[in-house]
Amino acid sequence: MELIKDGIRIDGRKKDELREIKIKAGVLKRADGSAYVEWGMNKVYAAVYGPRELYPRFLRRYDKAILQCRYNMASFSVEERKRPGPDRRSVEISKVTRSALEPVVLTENFPESVINVNIEIVQAEAGTRCAGITAASVALADAGIPMRDLLPACAAGKVGGEIVLDLCKEEDNFGESDLPIAMVPRTGGITLLQMDGLMTEEEIEEALNLAKKGCKIIYEKQKEALKQKYRGNNND
Amino acid sequence: MTEIDLISNIEKDYILNLAKKGEREDGRDFDEHRKLILEPDLIKKAEGSCLVSLGETKVLAGIKVDKGEPYPDTPDQAVMTTNAELVPLASPFFESGPPDEDSIELARVVDRGIREAPALDMSSLVVREGELVRVIFIDLHILDSDGNLFDASNIAAVTALHTTKIPVLDDEGNPTEDMIPLPVIKTPVSCTFAKIGDNIVVDPSLNEERVLDARLTVTTEDNGYVCAMQKGGNSEFTVDEIMDCIKKSIKIGKEIRKTILKTTGKQKV
Repeated sequence: MELIKDGIRIDGRKKDELREIKIKAGVLKRADGSAYVEWGMNKVYAAVYGPRELYPRFLRRYDKAILQCRYNMASFSVEERKRPGPDRRSVEISKVTRSALEPVVLTENFPESVINVNIEIVQAEAGTRCAGITAASVALADAGIPMRDLLPACAAGKVGGEIVLDLCKEEDNFGESDLPIAMVPRTGGITLLQMDGLMTEEEIEEALNLAKKGCKIIYEKQKEALKQKYRGNNND
Repeated sequence: MTEIDLISNIEKDYILNLAKKGEREDGRDFDEHRKLILEPDLIKKAEGSCLVSLGETKVLAGIKVDKGEPYPDTPDQAVMTTNAELVPLASPFFESGPPDEDSIELARVVDRGIREAPALDMSSLVVREGELVRVIFIDLHILDSDGNLFDASNIAAVTALHTTKIPVLDDEGNPTEDMIPLPVIKTPVSCTFAKIGDNIVVDPSLNEERVLDARLTVTTEDNGYVCAMQKGGNSEFTVDEIMDCIKKSIKIGKEIRKTILKTTGKQKV
């Protein structure tokens, strides 16, 4: 399969072009904060509860709130039915999601408590962890939890020998490598970093910089989503 | 976990202040690994095994090889699974029970390095395409948890794969008397870094792990390509810091790879 030809990718995008992304803040009534992200074919909800009392008590930290993240995929979100409930992949993604969000949330403001971040993937097609983190940080802001910044996330990778932004399904399956990141826009610091597949040092540097560019675009969409909620006409 | 592994403020400040002066509590340089000892083929009941001591950290990897059905989406590839057990023997903070997120992350990071390099020629381990392939189990037993389980586990798993011998199968898929080594075509080596304040040290000790702000594991293969990365911890890395870690990982990986190949008698592969 030819994944890239004359700089045009299998789904018609240019090398540095994101899939279409829509973000909406405040979509779930019961949650303290929530967000919905459509990213290409991905459909992702995030809900935040807290800060609230943490049980069991021994998990409490005297100096900060703990973040509990749960990344979960619906059984119908993928081609072949996925067995419901956490599998090893989602346990790992939950952990790296927490590590990604922790630096931007002012957990030190809420000792002894917990902030719950729940991410539900209802339709999945490559890049769900980035969509989940992007949605989660909007939901955290929507919950009014003090943060150092929003946290956009985006992947870059190597496909058909070229470094491209935001891999789609075919590129993820048949491309050489995938490198998802989350970036704190104000500092440029990277709080999520994973990679699989083969890349040289130079290619990784190029991919990191390209993914950062993607994060900046997503950051604007996140801010717009939060502003949109308070403008009132949140029905699009 | 019933208890949380905490460190006293006075010890924490001690390590942070040392790092500011360019020093570490055990006297190592920032780029210096602890002493690495490999003891391959220790478990005769396993098809392959290796006990790794990295400083006081001890990890025992065992390889068992079975046969079974391939995954439907990869009918022409062998199956490989990696599992890590943080048994209560290894630390006062480990508990028995189903694998927790730390052991899952550990197993998956080791697995990713081996899979993506790729260390094994998975297509040569097929008996009948779509029906019968070899199933390789990599099991990591943590015996003493004194920091940097990632690298100790990676080295143990990869060395154990190098020592693994499997019986040749006849056309029916039944084992014969003849034994062949696993087709190990690459030796992925991971290198884990801890960011402590503004400093980055390699192969963090247990205390350094307790105080670290962020962690980065970079796995490299024989030709200098990076094949896997994983960031952990509750802080951030700059692009420059990541690139610096990659450079160091390629360099340190070369040395460790030499040790692995020498120990397993595969200097030239």
